[in-house]
Amino acid sequence: MADELIFQPAARLAAQLTAGKISSVRLLQAFLSRTMAVDGRVKAFNSHDETGALVQARAADERRAAGRARGPLDGLPVGLKDVIAVEGQPLTCSSKMLANFISPYDATVSVKLKAAGAILWGRMNMDEFAMGSSTENSAFGPTANPWDLSRVPGGSSGGAAAAVAAGELPFALGSDTGGSIRQPAAFCGIVGLKPTYGLVSRYGLAAFASSLDQIGTLTRTVEDAALLLGAIAGHDPQDSTSFRTEIPDYRAELKKRRGTWRLGVPREYFGAGLDPEIGAAVKSAIEFYRQSGCEIKEVSLPLAAEYAVAVYYLIATAEASSNLARYDGVRFGHRSTKAKDTVDLYCQSRAEGFGEEVKRRIILGTHVLSSGYYDAYYMRAQKVRTLIRNEFVCVFRDCDALLSPTTPTAAFRLGEKSADPLAMYLNDIYTISVNLAGLPGVSIPCGFTGTGLPIGLQLIGQPFQEADLLAIAHRYEQGHDWHTKHPALS
Amino acid sequence: MKYEAAIGLEVHVQLRTASKMFTRVAAGYGAAPNTLTDPVVLALPGALPVMNKEALDKIIKAGLMLGCAIEPVCKWDRKNYFYPDSPKNYQISQYDQPICLGGTVEIELPGASRNVMGEHKKIPLTRIHLEEDVGKLNHGTGDSLVDYNRAGTPLMEIVSEPALHSADEAFAFLTSLRTTLVQGGISDCDMEKGQLRCDANISIRPVGETMLGTKVELKNLNSISFVRDGIALEIRRQSAVLEGGGFIGQETRQYDGEAGTSTAMRSKEMAHDYRYFPDPDLMPVKVDAAWQAQIRATVPELPFDRQRRFFEEYQLPYTITSVLVSDRELSDFFEETAKLSGKPQAAGNWITNDLLRELDGAKITLTDCKLRPSHLAGLLQLVEAGVISSTIAREVFAAMFLTGEAAEAIVARQDLKQSTDAGELEKWVAEAIAANPKAVAEFKAGKEQAINAVKGTVMKASKGKANPKLVDEIMRKQLGASPRPVN
Amino acid sequence: MSTKSDLNLEYVANLARLALTGAEREKFSRQLGDILHYVEKLKQVNVTGVEPMAHASPVCNIWAADTARPGLPVAAALRNAPAQRDHMIVVPKVVE
Ligand SMILES: [Mg+2]
Ligand SMILES: [Zn+2]
Repeated sequence: MADELIFQPAARLAAQLTAGKISSVRLLQAFLSRTMAVDGRVKAFNSHDETGALVQARAADERRAAGRARGPLDGLPVGLKDVIAVEGQPLTCSSKMLANFISPYDATVSVKLKAAGAILWGRMNMDEFAMGSSTENSAFGPTANPWDLSRVPGGSSGGAAAAVAAGELPFALGSDTGGSIRQPAAFCGIVGLKPTYGLVSRYGLAAFASSLDQIGTLTRTVEDAALLLGAIAGHDPQDSTSFRTEIPDYRAELKKRRGTWRLGVPREYFGAGLDPEIGAAVKSAIEFYRQSGCEIKEVSLPLAAEYAVAVYYLIATAEASSNLARYDGVRFGHRSTKAKDTVDLYCQSRAEGFGEEVKRRIILGTHVLSSGYYDAYYMRAQKVRTLIRNEFVCVFRDCDALLSPTTPTAAFRLGEKSADPLAMYLNDIYTISVNLAGLPGVSIPCGFTGTGLPIGLQLIGQPFQEADLLAIAHRYEQGHDWHTKHPALS
Repeated sequence: MKYEAAIGLEVHVQLRTASKMFTRVAAGYGAAPNTLTDPVVLALPGALPVMNKEALDKIIKAGLMLGCAIEPVCKWDRKNYFYPDSPKNYQISQYDQPICLGGTVEIELPGASRNVMGEHKKIPLTRIHLEEDVGKLNHGTGDSLVDYNRAGTPLMEIVSEPALHSADEAFAFLTSLRTTLVQGGISDCDMEKGQLRCDANISIRPVGETMLGTKVELKNLNSISFVRDGIALEIRRQSAVLEGGGFIGQETRQYDGEAGTSTAMRSKEMAHDYRYFPDPDLMPVKVDAAWQAQIRATVPELPFDRQRRFFEEYQLPYTITSVLVSDRELSDFFEETAKLSGKPQAAGNWITNDLLRELDGAKITLTDCKLRPSHLAGLLQLVEAGVISSTIAREVFAAMFLTGEAAEAIVARQDLKQSTDAGELEKWVAEAIAANPKAVAEFKAGKEQAINAVKGTVMKASKGKANPKLVDEIMRKQLGASPRPVN
Repeated sequence: MSTKSDLNLEYVANLARLALTGAEREKFSRQLGDILHYVEKLKQVNVTGVEPMAHASPVCNIWAADTARPGLPVAAALRNAPAQRDHMIVVPKVVE
């Protein structure tokens, strides 16, 4: 009975709320009890405010009873990766540095979700400060993949992805700097959308790499992604990198946009390093599109394929080294009790407050910006970034979207790559260039490995053409039932 | 050996805006600690900067006033360094693409005396860029307390070429810069409030040498006289070191204006490596011709240009012009009075003497003053037409200053018109001659000035209303003397 | 695979204000050496005449009008402060 609710797409739950078939309180209780039952094993939540959530659910029910419902999201619980600020709630970034931090303000997406009536319920585990691809780099311990608890859920939005996959939440917001929404979505068998850079406000998203970060959605279906994106997209005067563009009704557009799309397949994304099972699943997805009347073109992205990871690790770490300088134990966050002067206060507080991966990236980023190295590393990376962007601009002259695997392998084992950062970084090889070029990308389920692990298909769209991208993804989803499968978690 | 100094100034000026540089919380001085903050000021996780258009307008205006080239594109960079007054531990600044390049500050050196204009020079500027201010540290005995109210205030950094050669030139530079910026409405430049702060890079070299010597950075020159005294001290210190056979090492020194000493600052843990890179949170700024033209239309005449015009257009003496042009409102007041009255020289005298004295006595500013140019012009016209004497004019002026009434109204109400009634004047003169036999005798004996005592009695009896010219005529007639000699 | 790189770990850690343990120094030296070796491949790309890309979308003049609005109440501003006195943040004495 509970299963009927907890694994339903959010859009269907919304319809049931609207029709008065269920109440928001009842719905929340279903997710609460599922979370109680499974989160001891999945460990997707850093924290959640049950009391506050019930108050919000009751308020939503009252609004609906009074005929003042705020729209489809009113009364639906949503999880937020613990990197998005909500006034009065913890904002830990899964770091000891912010273990006790309570945000005194709301992120713009939080303001928008509140206005839509959504219940901002759980704070989802992640790699510390969004740095990682496995959610193992968390001060609160790793999250497990609901399909196989010995494996990682991906990262850095691993808690959000795992919770949706495990039926603990209908949907969640994550952030994606190099694949941090799409890769965990692929590993957990759900839909992960990273919008075009600038479509969703970053105000209130604790920054990792400002020129790459983007908030996006983790949902059960493409329609849910359209629903949630519609609630959070739009220009924000508080984010100077936010873009002024018309926000269509993405959900309505899913049904309207039925083109015979021209879909590009980057040749280099199917080479060495790609697990054959993944390659086969993605190729059969491509075949589906061909048979449904789309034009499939082989395209080439040689620079993106070869250099994106290197460019990313220079630019992202450089920006991070500066963005994370504010965590110094002075105004907020962890403060070492050992310090005797301010320099010491910084050095000790940061040594105690940051985990290993964060330190590693701060060191790398500081090095590549330092005197004598800037031109060789940072400046050169920015120039190659231009070339990678140009490469996409070029292939998009005659493609509406690109198709590729989301990841080279399915979910790996906990601890498998944690000793080798470079191997971990290479896991993001297909997703990273999308962030470098500022494009929208979505990962949707496209099958399972022989051992029952989900496989993700990545679709890359043109800037601010999320309506097309989602419509293309939706066509595949309509023809398959991968998204109706759930982990047993027995 | 004779030494010559090369001084470059780095001046930080807070712009006069309602809100901060990159967020819209109020900017201001004197508020209770940490009441002017928000997520951006405190660098809370997730906060993002949005630039203040007014600050851009103001720096462009400053650049245009100082003859800088306004760059078509400028961008924002992060200057990374850790310090407790810097919330993000980076400062948003402009590194390799500042908004203003070049330009000059015209200075006037001290003249031979206060009444003589000194030499003018144009000191070249390197650049002007925009950045944000840091918070304030209050040092206690065992710890320091941080107040972030000041953090994020728009700050303009003006960098001069090392083209100043003495403490007097540096003083003149800062004085002129301050006057210009205040008159442009760009900053209030109150050094006591930290709105204008100055650091100096000072090196000396033997006269005739072209290579610059090793420069010493002198900080904390936080009043305009400290700038002069601190630099003079540093030049003496460096000269003494070189005279003694020592050498000057590159260092930063802190000036203590109260004690008149400077001390080397604790050397930093490492060489500065600020790791500048373009701020990904902020977009570049493009300044097109239309924007420049719009700002140019608001640029006022520069003080020294105005002074030169006052010499030519109104034939005013140096001392009066220098008082007038140091204050834009005062200059405007003068020009309006001159226009309304047609008496620029009298207007200049009244304004720089009487008006300033009254303002000072009443401790009010010109803005709050009830006496307006039309009042003063009216007064000057009454004096010119002989309706009132200059003695009475002073009384009328004081009354106008207090009440804001027109001169004519005061004169009419208080019956202050000069008396030209011949019968009345004849009577006052006759009485005065009778009362001053000694003076009359002296006058008759040929002592011309003795007549003044008699006139004084007339003026007293008439309460100043007797027309002095008529009194003189009648008196000479009554004494049987010839008309007043022309001198 | 450990590669010699010109990473001066001590210098950089000091710039980044991070105290590292001996074990971390050893580990990071090796791992960052590998990563720096990996990124060397960017030298193969001809970037002559290429503009560096600092932003995903090239727009400019994104600003706000200078209208002050209320900020955070002091209590909210200092709510997460590790140490405060007289509504100010306490830090060890700063020597200039
Ligand atoms: Mg600091
Ligand atoms: Zn500066």
